[in-house]
Amino acid sequence: MTLVSQAPAAVTAPSVVVARPVPGRRRRHPFATPGVLASVAVVLVILGWALVPGLFTAADPLVGVPAEKLSAPSAEHWFGTDNLGRDLYARTVHGTGLSLQAALLALGLGLAVGALVGLVAGYLGGAVDAVLMRTTDVLLAIPGLLLSLAVVTALGFGTLKVAIAVGVAEVATFARVMRSEVLRVRTTTYVEAAVLAGARRSAVLARHVLPNAAAPILVLATVQLGVIVLAVSSLSFLGFGAVPPTPEWGSLVAEGRNYLSVAWWFTTLPGLVIAALVLAANRLGRLLEGRAHR
Amino acid sequence: MTAYVLRRLGAAVLVLWAAFTVSFAVLYLLPSDPVSIMLDAANPGGTVDPAQVAELSARYGFDRPPLEQYLVLLGRAVTGDLGVSVTSGAPVSQLLADAFPQTLALTSFALGIALLLGGTIAAVSSWSRSTRLRGALLALPPLGVSMPTFWIGLLLLQLFSFRLPLFPAVGNQGFGSLVLPAVTLAIPLSAVIAQVLARSMRTAWDAPYVETALAKGASRGRVQWRHVTRNAALPALTLLGIAVGNLLAGAVVVETVFSRAGFGGLVEKAVRTQDIPVVQGVVVVGALVFVVVNLVVDLAYPALDPRIARTPATA
Repeated sequence: MTLVSQAPAAVTAPSVVVARPVPGRRRRHPFATPGVLASVAVVLVILGWALVPGLFTAADPLVGVPAEKLSAPSAEHWFGTDNLGRDLYARTVHGTGLSLQAALLALGLGLAVGALVGLVAGYLGGAVDAVLMRTTDVLLAIPGLLLSLAVVTALGFGTLKVAIAVGVAEVATFARVMRSEVLRVRTTTYVEAAVLAGARRSAVLARHVLPNAAAPILVLATVQLGVIVLAVSSLSFLGFGAVPPTPEWGSLVAEGRNYLSVAWWFTTLPGLVIAALVLAANRLGRLLEGRAHR
Repeated sequence: MTAYVLRRLGAAVLVLWAAFTVSFAVLYLLPSDPVSIMLDAANPGGTVDPAQVAELSARYGFDRPPLEQYLVLLGRAVTGDLGVSVTSGAPVSQLLADAFPQTLALTSFALGIALLLGGTIAAVSSWSRSTRLRGALLALPPLGVSMPTFWIGLLLLQLFSFRLPLFPAVGNQGFGSLVLPAVTLAIPLSAVIAQVLARSMRTAWDAPYVETALAKGASRGRVQWRHVTRNAALPALTLLGIAVGNLLAGAVVVETVFSRAGFGGLVEKAVRTQDIPVVQGVVVVGALVFVVVNLVVDLAYPALDPRIARTPATA
């Protein structure tokens, strides 16, 4: 806040918005740190794996060569092979789509339901607000993974159900942030002006409150993506997600559990991919968060 | 003070009741058929005998209206009866009580490691004047929160159980079997603790009393230990409630990785066999632990920080 008030001209002047190198002095764009560039690269590669897995690997993720089973990483098999001689790199690449789909579905569910609850609670206030917010307090009191496990018990197993279960556990987080944003926005002069001008409640919500409260929610979504990827992979590691022949990150690591002593690559490399994605998502999330706070 | 404590206790009971209700809603009211799930779990792919279905429905009360089921279950839960496990037939409260000591040992050991590790990272990074050391230390927490718990556990197993046979790979026997699971559980938590503590320690270093202490000739080490750590530790105390929740959730994964008996192992098996009463019991106990820890933290806060004066009006 203080930064903005000190240099309002620099922030609003369009010529500065386009990052141009200052002549005579090398200034690094805030996005151009090695950490951020590496994070962007990781996200892009993993997105590529999810969208066009065939472009990144020619090997079949489901058919193995029994003679080559449990062979260590090599030029031919980057991540080594599993107990059936299947190429682990191919399985990881082909599993990306399913893992990412589940994570994005969970994120979408948590975001949509949470934002709606927060919007209604914050805008209507009163008894509605009290009931909705006490409910989210309770959801926050139950450890997320336990709540997800309860939902999985009720719905049954499968990647889709795991995604729903993780999404349900995320609702409360989004609802709280959305509510506090709505409370902030609804007291602003432009919302008061709209109400005084006779706009309908739904129009005020859709035209004024929602767009202005959206940015922090989207930042939160980036920050939570890492948490969600970890939750989805944990549940599928426990065996509640994809059914065995289908490659999926969490279950890939689980498959390697029985070969820990003979094949270090079996669990280590697919797990490393999960960690790399979460690390990259967190890094980008913090970057956006930092910018939003300025 | 008494009124405040009573009100807090009332709120805690309310949260517990609500947690019970939420878990009931999720487990019993979602569009699934608990009886056929139970029968299928007991005898996968077998034919369903209508008489058996009716018998099971009557035994668990599924044939009654939901509200009646809920009230019956709630009435039992208030007296400590959380129902009977579908797969083993043992009382859920008994199963929970049997599993509790193992998980308590694991999570409290992990909490200790996490406090020590996270506290050290935060304290050294805020005390040190070397930007390189500070940067290196502060790069650790983001790594810690990004690694899947099960992956950390498997890596540690590989390194310290198979490569170097230092610790047993599985089981509950002795202190040695506790080390790797506790370290696994502690790594993500210590990262969170380090992040929060480092932030509040940085704030404390800018406080006027630090300047005063330095001006009076105190060394940086003394300021860090006597002034900064003590002042920064209090805000971090509120983290404890969240930390315990994290530990319980993490224990589910860690106990599975290390094939340990305990809460996690219990709930993992219960979900696999869709043993609804056991899952509900674990969820309610999870909320109970969270509520109790938060209550204790809130009540201990004024005792630890005399500056927090509660006037009767806001008590």
